Amino acid sequence: MLLTVVDYGVGNLRSIAKSIEKANSDNNLNYSVKVSSDVNDVKKSDKIVLPGQGSFKACREGINNISGLNNELNESVLNKNKPIFGICAGMQLFATTGYEEKKTEGLNWIPGKVVKLELGESDLKVPHMGWNEIKIENSSSVFKNLADNNHAYFIHSYEFIPKDKKIVSLSTNYGKDVVAAVSFKNIYGAQFHPEKSQNTGIKILTNFLNL
Amino acid sequence: MLKNRIIPCLDVKNGRVVKGINFVDLKDAGDPVEQASIYDKGGADEICFLDITASNENRNTIIDVVNKTAEKCFVPLTVGGGIRTTDNIRDLLLAGADKVSINTAAVKDINFVKEASKKFGTQCMVVAVDAKKVSDGKWEIFTHGGREKTGIDAIEFSKKAEANGAGEILLTSMDKDGTKTGYDLELLKIITKSVSIPVIASGGAGNLEHLYEAIKTGGASAVLAASIFHYGEFTIKETKEYLKSKNVPVRL
Repeated sequence: MLLTVVDYGVGNLRSIAKSIEKANSDNNLNYSVKVSSDVNDVKKSDKIVLPGQGSFKACREGINNISGLNNELNESVLNKNKPIFGICAGMQLFATTGYEEKKTEGLNWIPGKVVKLELGESDLKVPHMGWNEIKIENSSSVFKNLADNNHAYFIHSYEFIPKDKKIVSLSTNYGKDVVAAVSFKNIYGAQFHPEKSQNTGIKILTNFLNL
Repeated sequence: MLKNRIIPCLDVKNGRVVKGINFVDLKDAGDPVEQASIYDKGGADEICFLDITASNENRNTIIDVVNKTAEKCFVPLTVGGGIRTTDNIRDLLLAGADKVSINTAAVKDINFVKEASKKFGTQCMVVAVDAKKVSDGKWEIFTHGGREKTGIDAIEFSKKAEANGAGEILLTSMDKDGTKTGYDLELLKIITKSVSIPVIASGGAGNLEHLYEAIKTGGASAVLAASIFHYGEFTIKETKEYLKSKNVPVRL
């Protein structure tokens, strides 16, 4: 079984690969994890992880800059129904539109938008950075076996607002409820960093490998 | 609720952990990979490596340390020291770092922070502000591990760092560093009020009350300490239990 972590020029790729490898070896699974920018690897993969760091616009450009990548992601995810896991801005890219830097089209797999974290009058810091508790919103085959007080590591200044709230698997409270994880068909994503969320993160990645 | 973070910092020289008293008289306190792993298991919220001699020496040593650490630790890892180019940043991120801390290069040219944050995201850009008190209510930036005076005002510089894409500020008091007499709360208060990004307090932690003061009085989002953890005076767990007893939100 092949899992490709898509390298489109952004992200803490090795951290992500190492955490998936740990989930794989701790559970005696047989995935080989490859960090790659080669469209053929995405094509051959059984599962895909889409990392993301930097602005929505920069991530979108990163994908556009690799010839054929956008098409192959659409083919793999929408037609072949391969499970994909988006991390942070990688998850945000699933949306229709992003508004970071300038209005940018997303992958448009999950109807919704990505907007600046609006916290009103509060004196909370932005970015929302650090360990926060997750809350279970809707059941998901990836975000399961978790408890309401589990912690996950967040770093973000923008939030995903999906049209359909039923696809929200986890939320976190930061002045208000913020989307922490989504599940829609074969598409999964976390606003937080499972690769940096110790046991909670490894558990989530294990669930993804076990799909 | 978002938790205040406890960050043990490992000063690394030639692949070994050292911690100085005011940056001189260094002692060897062990293997960084091993230590990072102990902190990860002990409940540290992040781990910080500061390559204190990277300005002059080979960068590959720290890359190797980061590489090995990423295999064992699953909490955020920040690496600082000697970062001059976006290639340096990319090398560290590829080795397994999650954030980089920029000091001298940011002071020399704030556009470097701007360019790097555009490329890698503000979330991985920590700007290290090493400040020393020069007169009442005035602090100046120092670079090169505290050896060089710049004449730049610490408050203005922190605001400028935020405006140019810093995701976080690592604020070290050069007056307090290594003294174990507590963080510079006056400085901390001014900086945390001046910027809207998180500030990590550094320099001066000698006991657990100091950490509490930095968060409660100073407004720090995170506290960084070295000696009190390295020499086993307090474990991360004891630290967090103490803070929790004082109603500070921590991840336990």
